[in-house]
Amino acid sequence: MAVTPIAQTPGALARFLDGDVWYSFRSSPTAIVAAVIAFVCIFCSVFAPWVAPHNPFDLATLDLSDARLPPAWVDGGKGQYLLGTDDQGRDILSGLMYGARISLLVGFASVLLSMVVGVGLGLLSGFVGGSVDAFIMRVCDVMLSFPSILIALLIDGVGRAIFPDAHETLAFGVLIFAIALTGWVHYARMVRGSTLVERHKEYVQAARVIGVSPWRIMVRHVLPNVLGPVLVLATIQVAAAILTEATLSFLGVGVPPTSPSLGTLIRIGNDFLFSGEWWITIFPGAMLVLIALSVNLLGDWLRDALNPRLR
Amino acid sequence: MLAFILRRLAQAIVVMLSVAFIAFMLFQYVGDPVTSLLGQDATLEQRTQLRRDLGLDAPFPVQFSRFVGNAVQGEFGLSLRQGRKVSALIAERFPATLELALLAALIALGVGIPAGVYSALRRGRFGSQLTMTLSLLGVSLPTFLIGILLILLFSVMLKWLPSFGRGDVVTLGAWTTGFLTVDGWKHLVLPAITLSVFQLALILRLVRSEMLEVLRTDYIKFARARGLRDQAVYFGHALKNTLVPVITITGLQLGSLIAFAIITETVFQWPGMGFLFIQAVQFADIPVMAAYLCLIALIFVIVNLIVDLLYFAVDPRLRIERASGH
Repeated sequence: MAVTPIAQTPGALARFLDGDVWYSFRSSPTAIVAAVIAFVCIFCSVFAPWVAPHNPFDLATLDLSDARLPPAWVDGGKGQYLLGTDDQGRDILSGLMYGARISLLVGFASVLLSMVVGVGLGLLSGFVGGSVDAFIMRVCDVMLSFPSILIALLIDGVGRAIFPDAHETLAFGVLIFAIALTGWVHYARMVRGSTLVERHKEYVQAARVIGVSPWRIMVRHVLPNVLGPVLVLATIQVAAAILTEATLSFLGVGVPPTSPSLGTLIRIGNDFLFSGEWWITIFPGAMLVLIALSVNLLGDWLRDALNPRLR
Repeated sequence: MLAFILRRLAQAIVVMLSVAFIAFMLFQYVGDPVTSLLGQDATLEQRTQLRRDLGLDAPFPVQFSRFVGNAVQGEFGLSLRQGRKVSALIAERFPATLELALLAALIALGVGIPAGVYSALRRGRFGSQLTMTLSLLGVSLPTFLIGILLILLFSVMLKWLPSFGRGDVVTLGAWTTGFLTVDGWKHLVLPAITLSVFQLALILRLVRSEMLEVLRTDYIKFARARGLRDQAVYFGHALKNTLVPVITITGLQLGSLIAFAIITETVFQWPGMGFLFIQAVQFADIPVMAAYLCLIALIFVIVNLIVDLLYFAVDPRLRIERASGH
């Protein structure tokens, strides 16, 4: 029995660095810039408690005499508050980091949930076929004919009616569920399409012939082969989910006010727009657009990089 | 063609019935109308009496058909928060939303299609690239942020335009319109632009990519070979053939304009249905939510039907295919 020498099988990292995806990344300036911006935003949000200059939730450090200070480079601004302060004297920059943390948390959680549900139902729909398939696809059609923001609002509203005095964690759960429920349709349709192609291939027939159970074929054989495009879709859906969350929070029906996301910050700042304190709104807005745009550009690049026809 | 229309009608009715079912379930299982009408202290006899009076003790199918019967007549009961008839509340708000959505759609089409054609024909030039970059921004900016930026620029800094409300309106019977006063128009401009930006960018990008696709085809080359002028080729031949997908997307987006108006109306405190709906969501006002849901679904279904019928008017190939029993 021949043992392959270890030197001839390069590690996963080396293979990745030598591969097409890394090459296409290196040669796309847009992708590099987007990746850097996305990385900085995500890093600052995840490590907000350690990176942020102030803690906006620590009431002891707040000083009301520092309220509504403009950014440091404008007359009247203080160096310690780089992007100014809000009406409570909270540092905007720190607020951004903590806010983006919550936005990202809700965004990733809802995408994960909708991906699991969508891939599962899509796989089932494509593999089983028949009336199961017809039913799931009809539901998709109806869902798709309504704008996602409307569905999310409705579920959120119903959630509020069922649990009038919802606990904070429950409010988060309802919100994540509402956003996830608007996104699963896209995964389901995509996975169903690829599953229909895969199930007629020889390896599936071979597995059937040797008596592998349908469930096992579905999960162990078909699933890994349909996951590629799902990855691209998930990237783009993260941006969409973050924007949906921001919209809901801006409308006042999103995250609970005790843990403000970027949308909440924009909503709060909106009240100060007319007194000239633009920085309370504009910086959270800019941060939101920066995150959404960079994630979207990364998604676009990933789609092209993974598409064999474009190589 | 008749069979096609009938099939679409049947589908539309199924969609409406399922939406009505969801609305009915909301009424049935979310919040207790008896408690909200009588208060917490009512005796058991009072509750049973009211339950019988309201018909809540009837079997499920009877209640559902009664609900659908009422809904068809526009009857959704009383708003839990305002104590007024939901139908009256919505009728009062409907003109504001419709005028806003209509103007936004006109802006999106009137600017989006020419800009899309332009950026397809002058591909690679500076103006075209600028248009494409702006449209990318238009697709990525969330609606509420566009509204805030417009308010900051035109209301706070330049002080040109008002930032909330409808301004002076003229009452024509049951309809209130802001189209007839200067003040009404001033109030309409910013919300309408805000609402149109996303659709405009979408239409622009769609028209551009379709135009580029069509300009490559043989019949365009042939039209040129016949010696037709550029204008005739571009607008008579090319643009016409890009219209099928444009109509689909625009039609579907027209429905979502009314839904997206929720956000725009909140930013500009526009007294329309969307604003009403948001307040209903905040206060868990189920009758208003259910009525809004049914109305929006109805608008969507009607728009979709019209879009399907427009295909026949625009694309002769479809007529032949269907006629030959496809």
